[in-house]
Amino acid sequence: MVDLMITIDEDLCKGCNICTEFCPRKVYQKSDVLNKKGVHVPGPENEDKCTKCQLCVMMCPDQAIKVDEKVDEKDED
Amino acid sequence: MDENRENRFIKYLRKDRLPHIFCAGCGNGIIMNTFFNGMEMAEMDFEKVVMVSGIGCSSRIPGYVKCDSLHTTHGRPISFATGIKLANPQNEVVVFTGDGDAAAIGGNHLIHGARRNINLTVICINNNIYGMTGGQISPTSPKGSFGSTAPYGALETPFDLSKLVKSAGATYVARWTTAQPVQLSNAIKKALKNRGFSFIEVISQCPTYFGRKNKMRSPIDMMKWMKEESVIKRRADKLSEEELEGKIIVGEFQNIKEPEFSEKICQLLESQCTTGKAMVTKSAYQGE
Repeated sequence: MVDLMITIDEDLCKGCNICTEFCPRKVYQKSDVLNKKGVHVPGPENEDKCTKCQLCVMMCPDQAIKVDEKVDEKDED
Repeated sequence: MDENRENRFIKYLRKDRLPHIFCAGCGNGIIMNTFFNGMEMAEMDFEKVVMVSGIGCSSRIPGYVKCDSLHTTHGRPISFATGIKLANPQNEVVVFTGDGDAAAIGGNHLIHGARRNINLTVICINNNIYGMTGGQISPTSPKGSFGSTAPYGALETPFDLSKLVKSAGATYVARWTTAQPVQLSNAIKKALKNRGFSFIEVISQCPTYFGRKNKMRSPIDMMKWMKEESVIKRRADKLSEEELEGKIIVGEFQNIKEPEFSEKICQLLESQCTTGKAMVTKSAYQGE
């Protein structure tokens, strides 16, 4: 079983919203809430749609996104 | 932040200097990511990488990377990189340069680097405008684009940097945009593996100056524009010049093998040390 975790670093994100636009599965959603730095940090709303193509990791200009998979010990040889 | 929760490229960066100074949505960050990805794919030793840059927004990149780096005078990164490479040929020298740096003030250094075919990888970040100084028109600004020095649109024909460097004698030339990061990292991998002068032109977005003056205010608008306007080279060969007006031709322009400069220097030194005289070319000063 593969469990997915998407993290966005709020200290690094500048709110350019490239991830919301270029994700092929539209995993990210724009946000209306300002964080303490005054940035609209997008959130991974539809995490279950993600296919781990890692395009957002490469496309994020501020190195703020991490997409990783938590693999169960049973699956590992 | 917890180290396991960090982006996979953070380990190459100086964490104390982040977040970097680039505007929100600037293409320089994407090019940093694609470079690290290409470097991982080329299985290169990060310890041997030396980054050289000139002046400009793009030239701030080496300052954020945890490797040996040199921030040089305007337009001269290729000259400094030539020195680094010849002093220590096992170094992998990568030059990050902008369009103002490579095409405007350092145009001569660029074509002479390509002519020598020295083993450098030059990544030219072409954002079509002088972004750092306030949005003046640069030698690569498209015809009719607006800038602070061209309120009625640029009249001049822009430089085709890839064509210029190809005809100057580079052995690997490719052009991609920041909207195609996977192809770009493949090109960077090939350029790093190529023994000779490798030139990669990356069309990048500058939403702050180029976008704002050309009705593309957000980075997303600019990246969509680049994606729509780019034509792959294979298809562009079949189209006429009128159809290609205003398009960005992307792809690999040159991939050949030629003798490399630092190897030639090493051979010269070797032959001089063993025989006492250099026997590379026939010298006019040498008697029979």
